[in-house]
Amino acid sequence: MKHSMFGKKLKMRLGGGIVIAVILMAIFAPLLAPHDPYDQDLMSRLIPPFWNAQGDWTYPLGTDNFGRDMLSRLIYGSRLSITVGVAAALLACTMGTILGMWAGYSGGYAETAIMRLADAQLAFPDILLAILIVAAVGGSALNLILVLGLSGWTVYARVMYNMTRSIRERPFVEAAVSHGARSAYIIRQHIFPQLIPVLTVVATLQVAQMILQETALSFLGLGLPPPTATWGNMLAEGRDRMWAAPWISNLSGVAIIILVWGINMLGNGLREHLDPNQRGRQ
Amino acid sequence: MALLNISGLTTVFETATGPVGAVDGASFTLEAGEVLGLVGESGSGKSVSAFSILRLINPPGKIIGGRVEFGGRDLLSLAPREMRAVRGKDISMIFQEPLSSLNPVQTIGAQVMEPLLIHTSIGKRKARDRALAMLYRVGIPDAESRFDVYPHQLSGGLRQRVMIALALVCEPKILIADEPTTALDVTIQAQILALLKDLQSELGMAILLITHDLGVIAEVADRVAVMYAGQIVESAPVQAIFDDTAHPYAAALINSIPDRTRQARRLIAVKGNIPDPRHLPPGCRFAPRCGFAQPSCVTTVQKLTAVDPTHATACMRVQAGELPRPIPTLTPELPHG
Amino acid sequence: MFAFIVRRLLTIPITILLVVFVTFIVLRVTGDPVQIYLDINATPEQTALLRERLHLDEPLIVQFGLFLWDVLRGDFGMSLQFATPALPVVLGRLGATIQLVSVALLFAFVFGVAGGIVAALRKDRLPDFLLSALAVAGQSMPSFWLGILLIQTFALDLKWLPTSGTGSWQHLILPAVTLATFLLPNFILITRTTVLETRSELFLTTARSKGASESSIMFRHLLPNAINPVLSFLGLQMGRLVGGSIITETIFAWPGIGSLMIRSIFQRDVPVVIAAVFIVSIAIVLANLLVDILQSLIDPRMRLD
Repeated sequence: MKHSMFGKKLKMRLGGGIVIAVILMAIFAPLLAPHDPYDQDLMSRLIPPFWNAQGDWTYPLGTDNFGRDMLSRLIYGSRLSITVGVAAALLACTMGTILGMWAGYSGGYAETAIMRLADAQLAFPDILLAILIVAAVGGSALNLILVLGLSGWTVYARVMYNMTRSIRERPFVEAAVSHGARSAYIIRQHIFPQLIPVLTVVATLQVAQMILQETALSFLGLGLPPPTATWGNMLAEGRDRMWAAPWISNLSGVAIIILVWGINMLGNGLREHLDPNQRGRQ
Repeated sequence: MALLNISGLTTVFETATGPVGAVDGASFTLEAGEVLGLVGESGSGKSVSAFSILRLINPPGKIIGGRVEFGGRDLLSLAPREMRAVRGKDISMIFQEPLSSLNPVQTIGAQVMEPLLIHTSIGKRKARDRALAMLYRVGIPDAESRFDVYPHQLSGGLRQRVMIALALVCEPKILIADEPTTALDVTIQAQILALLKDLQSELGMAILLITHDLGVIAEVADRVAVMYAGQIVESAPVQAIFDDTAHPYAAALINSIPDRTRQARRLIAVKGNIPDPRHLPPGCRFAPRCGFAQPSCVTTVQKLTAVDPTHATACMRVQAGELPRPIPTLTPELPHG
Repeated sequence: MFAFIVRRLLTIPITILLVVFVTFIVLRVTGDPVQIYLDINATPEQTALLRERLHLDEPLIVQFGLFLWDVLRGDFGMSLQFATPALPVVLGRLGATIQLVSVALLFAFVFGVAGGIVAALRKDRLPDFLLSALAVAGQSMPSFWLGILLIQTFALDLKWLPTSGTGSWQHLILPAVTLATFLLPNFILITRTTVLETRSELFLTTARSKGASESSIMFRHLLPNAINPVLSFLGLQMGRLVGGSIITETIFAWPGIGSLMIRSIFQRDVPVVIAAVFIVSIAIVLANLLVDILQSLIDPRMRLD
């Protein structure tokens, strides 16, 4: 018993610490980065990180194929991942919450239409939608946010739908209805506040998924076009230099896994705080 | 020598704050061919006792003491493999909730055949024939065509018949029935009890019937053991329990039966609650709820002692002859009409 | 059972209609289709020809009808990079993708279910903590980086396996492991949860009271009841599986639909992209149908008729 309580707190502290550190890094990128992330210096191409014998402290984490500073690019790369991850999750959360509560509260045609649509979208994977849209209009930060947000709403819709339906049956909501309260008022005052904790957990864990998907799309070349510094782009560039300069892909990979792991820890800690029986399910 | 001799059975549940007793030194015997009713409120430890006999207690529960003697062996000290050979073959069990006690993804035929395939070396064909015969015997109409249906396709009464069939298919010497009729409709309850009684006389087995319902006991049991807070407080032939009640708790239980034949006695639920197993009274565990309790009851540990050759009680006031038998009701009798 | 399958088959046209609709919307509403299909150097004649072929002067609803008709006939247009009809190009790559996905799924399912069972049986003890921690770490691992790490280690450093491409069973190992690892963590965690939930079921006590051995209880009674939630989850994961497959095929130059799709995007070969999206969607629907049938075979309560 005591052991798992400790685990929960540790998870939230560790995860929260990582997330806050990366957010601060993204905000203060211009102050932290030792170089301009886009500054090419063909004289200092493919310099390995400092722990390597050929390393150079001018570029602590080495340089890439164009002589750009890896550390600065990693710091700047966090900006896109965080922005896209959080914005896409917020979009998905807002859309899914509204549609899910609407379906759960009103029932009837709205319920059928919304929940059938959520089911049908399962057959149409997010990445196919992304591929179609990028094929049609090209990749940009806004497109990434729209694609990921539009494909992620169904999770919230399902959670909100089920919870709204069960909360609707509870006495305090029935009492409010019998006193003639309007639907919008009941949802805002009675139903939504009950759902905030679950929503927080789902959204936190989804930010991690969104960041992974963003880096995956960037890796495939479906994200922001080069030379933009994104972790996914850097990994893709490093892939071609796997043998000569493994640090390019590996450092970007490490950056992604630290951030995503931190968010997952935070989300799992929050979830165990709410529901001690579940562990790490997504 | 009794068929099953349970002595000093003690089962606890491990919790974060230490072990909590569920059964505390329970002793009783089951004779060949008899129906023994084990009766008590929920939480009295009667079901835990029944599960302990077959060692079906799951963690955090644990049997920490006592003996369960059967056929000259102590079941509690058998190796797991030897214990499995007893389960379903010599001693079987049926449960309260027939739907959740049956595997939802196996046909009822397969489930009735399983004990035969485990305990005998007859082939599948013969096992099927015997399982089918057993299904007919427990009153499943058209069992042939129902052999391959699933539990959810049957009614509650038929499901319990299937449970009985799979428990008895190896013709065990003992059937432990844990509240077998509680979850069923009243009309079905009577049918299932009648079936158990029939099968008992036909197969010559003994039944340990666990129930909270003294009405059920009155109908089918030969002897009764009354359990309270993990201990047996009275044991007697069924007639003697009602006519010659020797423990205030048993008397209170009898008084709580809603029975038209005893209209004169006022229906009273037993006052208060069973004690918290973590904070048991030091002396008689029933003392805080007992209308006859004296200061010495609260401090003295009471022992189950025979007051005549077939009748034992754990009440020292009855043992000392201070209370008459049957124990009188405390509430004044209501005038008729 | 038969009626159940037929009823599920009837939902397929609805899904296909939806896929066609989304594809149509994305292609026609997000920009000028002519510019999407052709590159900037196209001659005015080519542009005019395409305009006519796509019926761009007709109302949108008519365009949709014509688009749907083409799709139903399997006519997605000519591939620009291969100068042959798009659909056969895509179907030619289907086998490689199915091979990769099925091997990876088998890996992930077997090891995920086994790991989940071990974690559940040793709940709150070392194996459980290790497996759960490993699973969360796995969920945080970008699969494309894992693929690159595997290539660095087993192909470049140790030289045990080929870096990419196809031809022998050795070629399949690294891609299959990469794709399997993408699904493995979730299989472990979901199996752990359902086994824990099933373990408290009363029918297991019944089985024990019959004298059944612990292994028989596990394999005959517990697992058949715990496996269906895992299968449901598998159905929900089909979309992620496709995403993972596209990434894996790209890393390892595996000649399947995924790598074809990515390549076609960069070649602006829209007919092939659409045909591939369409085939993959149908595959997902069929895979879900298969999962449903499997589930109803395991659990009779799922048979709706």
